[in-house]
Amino acid sequence: MSEETLAAPAPVTGWQKFKQSHLYYSFVSSKVAMVSFAVFAVYVVLAILAPLIAPYNPYDLAMLDIMDSEIPPVWQPDGEDRFFLGTDAQGRDMLSTILYGTRISLMIGICAVILQAFIGIVVGLCAGYFGGKIDNLLMRIADIQLSFSTLMVAIVVLAVFQAAFGAERYSELALPMLILVIGIAEWPQYARTVRATVLAEKHKEYVDAARVMGFRPMRIMVRHILPNSLSPILVISTVQVANAIISEASLSFLGLGMPVSEPSLGSLISSGFDYIFSGSWWITTIPAIVLVLLVLVMNLLGDWLRDVLNPKLNKG
Amino acid sequence: MALLEVKNLEVQFALRNGALTALRDVSFSLERGDRLGIVGESGAGKSVAAFAILNLISKPGSISNGEVLFEGQDLSKISAEALRDIRGNKISMIFQDPMMTLNPVLTIGDQMVECLQAHRNISSSDARAIALQKLQQVQIPSPDKRLDAYPHELSGGMRQRVIIAIALLLDPAIIIADEPTTALDVTIQAEIMELLISLCEFNNVGLILITHDLGVVSQVTQRTIVMYAGRIIEQGPTREIINDAQHPYTQGLINALPQQTIPGQRLNQIRGSMPSLDAIPNGCAFNPRCDYTLDACFTQLPSYVRSGGCSVACHMVAQQQADLNHD
Amino acid sequence: MIAFLIKRTLQAIVVMFIISVISFSIQDQLGDPLREMVGQSVSEAERQALRDELGLNDPFITQYLRFAGKALQGDLGNSYFYKEPALSVILNKLPATLELVFGATIIIMFLSVPLGVYAAINPKSLLSSFIMGISIVGISIPVFLTAIFSIYFFSIHLGWLPSFGRGETVHMFGSWNTGYLTADGFRHLVLPCLSLASIMLPLFIRLIRSEMIEVLQSEYVKFAWAKGLKRRRIWFLHALKNTMLPVITVGGVQIGTMVAYTILTETVFQWPGMGFIFLEAVNRVDTPLLVAFLIVVGAIFVITNTLVDLIYGLVNPTVKLAGKG
Repeated sequence: MSEETLAAPAPVTGWQKFKQSHLYYSFVSSKVAMVSFAVFAVYVVLAILAPLIAPYNPYDLAMLDIMDSEIPPVWQPDGEDRFFLGTDAQGRDMLSTILYGTRISLMIGICAVILQAFIGIVVGLCAGYFGGKIDNLLMRIADIQLSFSTLMVAIVVLAVFQAAFGAERYSELALPMLILVIGIAEWPQYARTVRATVLAEKHKEYVDAARVMGFRPMRIMVRHILPNSLSPILVISTVQVANAIISEASLSFLGLGMPVSEPSLGSLISSGFDYIFSGSWWITTIPAIVLVLLVLVMNLLGDWLRDVLNPKLNKG
Repeated sequence: MALLEVKNLEVQFALRNGALTALRDVSFSLERGDRLGIVGESGAGKSVAAFAILNLISKPGSISNGEVLFEGQDLSKISAEALRDIRGNKISMIFQDPMMTLNPVLTIGDQMVECLQAHRNISSSDARAIALQKLQQVQIPSPDKRLDAYPHELSGGMRQRVIIAIALLLDPAIIIADEPTTALDVTIQAEIMELLISLCEFNNVGLILITHDLGVVSQVTQRTIVMYAGRIIEQGPTREIINDAQHPYTQGLINALPQQTIPGQRLNQIRGSMPSLDAIPNGCAFNPRCDYTLDACFTQLPSYVRSGGCSVACHMVAQQQADLNHD
Repeated sequence: MIAFLIKRTLQAIVVMFIISVISFSIQDQLGDPLREMVGQSVSEAERQALRDELGLNDPFITQYLRFAGKALQGDLGNSYFYKEPALSVILNKLPATLELVFGATIIIMFLSVPLGVYAAINPKSLLSSFIMGISIVGISIPVFLTAIFSIYFFSIHLGWLPSFGRGETVHMFGSWNTGYLTADGFRHLVLPCLSLASIMLPLFIRLIRSEMIEVLQSEYVKFAWAKGLKRRRIWFLHALKNTMLPVITVGGVQIGTMVAYTILTETVFQWPGMGFIFLEAVNRVDTPLLVAFLIVVGAIFVITNTLVDLIYGLVNPTVKLAGKG
């Protein structure tokens, strides 16, 4: 039997498929989404390239000159060309410090959310799929944890650790501690969402089919059920990164976060707090604007994603 | 002048990439005490037509053309206050799912009394008395206890009885029932339908029954409208439509009834499926699924022709009529 | 009702127990009563003897039980810094914090509901867009930033309002001095309360708006329109009651966050409340004070959460609180 070779249709690449999707269409029709995404992308790029593009290395104590402290930004009367955004109380260049600070804030935010998501997804999958006592126990823990605010728990845990280890040792561990604490505190949100999706999908036929074919629960959960919960996970994640960044900033402001020697945006703001009233407003204000703008575009993106991925709003 | 006369009703949904026409050129009338059935597949526009009568289409939909004349007034154009006077009062509606229709945080009594108080100057106790009476009419046991109960404390069948009672509270002239038994257990569907019909007969209330169930329509209604892709394609006395359907789609529907199948044989399906609103074919919307197509079916929207007691939108039927007239 | 209360009380006891164990462990690891009692020159042998005498070398369980026993009587040890019972130090500062929280809560309640409802009923209006725009900016600004900049503008720049402290207070009873009854005290309350409310107000506006929009599209609201009810009734009874249910739940959770935010606000405004004291205790490693704070805050959490659940159960008839049906 001869096989006729039909002319193969032009291959549709992943990118082409995406361009035709509803998501892409909504994206390019929403100015807010595009601008927010662009701004966010700029932040990420700047953060990644910080070591390369920062004019100075703010961690290099040898380069600091106390005589350079509290110089205003370049457009002010006393500003100097070599410090575009001025310097802080220790003589560090604001521009460089802010670049590195953004890098740290973003890193903490994203890593913490990855941790939250991982724990939450695992717990949610197990609770939803296995049901029964496991489900009850896990969700009870989630409920109790949800009723204690993340910030409060973080403050307490970090305060205790700082008291235990002393300020010196604590500074070294601050970064991983922040990621751990914020990461562990917020998993219940993810768990609940994933569990809800699992419960909804569990009764669908394709799950029964997979089980009949003898697939192990883990495989069913990860390969089949999980992709269906990606939409809500994505929506939560954008907002969670924004929240994580705010939490970290608040903690650093209280002195429980990143130390002044390796500052995130929050600790920068904190260090400038005393100087805002004596005239050196830029030490606090400029990092504040950078922080708020970052969180704002993430919230805008999160809102837009939620509207786009909302199944109820997609009626023809 | 008919009690309710719908003329050339058109409903459009304004979406981002253009307007979708959900109802096109829908015309029918109803007299007091009549029972009219509207049948069609899901998405054919039956519910849209029902909601359009009381101008209840949610945004982004709206009535873009036509008239809905009730006792002479055009409901699509009167003021909000005048419309409020009609809704629930002269024309009531029964929705499909009784669980979703009743507000979960208010008692049954509250939801009945408020309906009375919205339209009449009446005290709470008097209103409660009337509510009790209606609950008895719909055969709900221990009605006074039910008045203080919340919707989730009643079974599905009881909730729908309550909703029928609410529909009858103000002695309306017309009740529009949108698939009133679909969401109920099969075992009580017949009961509830019977209750509804007997109450309508007893109170001489006009009934517009929307359903996808031809069996129910054949037993209950005097006239039937068949809808397809937002248009009426056949309309006439129920007897005639059931026994002598003219439009190929209606014929297909009748043939697909399990009662029409010989045991052991496959059910007669109409091949294909109804198009979605944004992909309606040119000419007659049914042409991809029709076995009797003429050339005109692909280019021209069929207009209504009389065939027997029915009005049909079909080129083939029009052709047959033309041939008959020539002879 | 009774069953519910019993269940929640048991749950509360369990949670308090866990908190007390954690607190005690902290006390055990970090605190060293000897440090405050004896000087440097005391020998090691004498220290050990003293430890034995104080029971500090006893097993964990014994020490915990002793701790718990004393705690239940209200004795949580003495603050290292203040040299007074830790619990009373905390409780003295509690009224100041409560007044702050009260002011912020009033602002949130009275603004979020009308603004959220309006934005839901008229989603496309200019005012709604404005409200939502401000809201999303509001949730992006951390509490301490709002606090700092409100001081900068209203205090330093414009000189309208004071920038720190509580101002004049009037003694009510016990250790409660209120700032609400004096003009000066009230002025001191304005900026801190506004700052504290600044991140939660937009949150609630957004929440109320989105819940209400969803409720307005529900079948029962459509049915209410079909019944010909007046729109006021549909919006403010049918829709609003259902909207507030999830808002109550979220509100309960947010109370916890509010406590954290008071710590931030008190720091910026140097407001002499619990949060301020807590941070001082952290910096000074004043462990008994730390532990007392934890236990008081834990108790506040548990009580408010139980209250919120109770309120929710009373408002939502589908929750089987009273054991009906």
